[in-house]
Amino acid sequence: MSILYLMEILYKPWPWYVAGPLIGITVPILLLLGNKKLGISSTLTQICAACIPSNITSLKYDWRKDSWNLLFVAGVFLGGFLGGYVFANPNPVELSASTIEFFKSHGLAHPQGLMPQELFNWASLFSIKGFLLMIAGGFMVGFGTRYARGCTSGHGILGLSALQWPSLAATASFFLGGILFCRFVLPYILDLH
Amino acid sequence: MKNLKYLLVGTFFGLVLTKGEAISWYRMQEMFRFESFHMFGIFMTAIPVGALSLFIIRKFNLKTVNGSAIEMPKKVYHSGIIIGSLIFGFGWTLTGACPGPIYAQIGTGSLVTIATLLAALGGAFSYEYLKKYLPE
Repeated sequence: MSILYLMEILYKPWPWYVAGPLIGITVPILLLLGNKKLGISSTLTQICAACIPSNITSLKYDWRKDSWNLLFVAGVFLGGFLGGYVFANPNPVELSASTIEFFKSHGLAHPQGLMPQELFNWASLFSIKGFLLMIAGGFMVGFGTRYARGCTSGHGILGLSALQWPSLAATASFFLGGILFCRFVLPYILDLH
Repeated sequence: MKNLKYLLVGTFFGLVLTKGEAISWYRMQEMFRFESFHMFGIFMTAIPVGALSLFIIRKFNLKTVNGSAIEMPKKVYHSGIIIGSLIFGFGWTLTGACPGPIYAQIGTGSLVTIATLLAALGGAFSYEYLKKYLPE
């Protein structure tokens, strides 16, 4: 295997049958390394407990005891930097034609990179559209995942792997929420000026 | 720094999410519109691999590298599972990210996603604040 071939693998996007199993294998890696359970949304609470001074009793715990997960998400950030910046795929995401058509009919340019630049930029943050996408959206992600005690990783991957039926209820609910919102609300938000 | 290994595993996880395009806003809309198999393929291979490895850990009573016991994950049902997850689903479409991908999106150089992370922290904090008034 030449170095050139290795470089090509790093720059190209990985198909689902490579990415999926590698995501799944993270579950036993964390358990075998130290009985740690895959779960990312808990780090949001961790950062709140560590950084925001408050009188909320549920945030007054020793967050340092679980500081492993803060290192884990620091790693996720680094992984994003490696995969999406250092070895960024120079080509657009290979989306289905009907999805591209949907974006175009709502005024988006042809996909470039992993995120639509015209929606996710600093100027847009101060428009209604950007506020809804990033601030309202982010708020709902944080609020919802903590209320549900888990997100796509903790419920969707770990919980379902462990055959936990509450995780099945959670996964079905967040998919349902996403599907409904994407169908009936998102098009109107994309059409905002 | 005994926890440094988790930085490495996190880097691996973030790299896979990014290269698998599971952090792409475009891919999320495509998934919610059922217009590609890609994201479903990721879930449908990740979960069986996780399930099989949990089965092996339990069957052979494997221990951690330090020799301590491995507990199986247990999730408890409460009404927040449904209501919270629905709210999360709405936010997932808007941001194109679940909590993990938010960190990775920032890493790819989309620095404005820091605003998404701060909003998510605000959401998590508000939940803790409002917890006592919510059905559980």
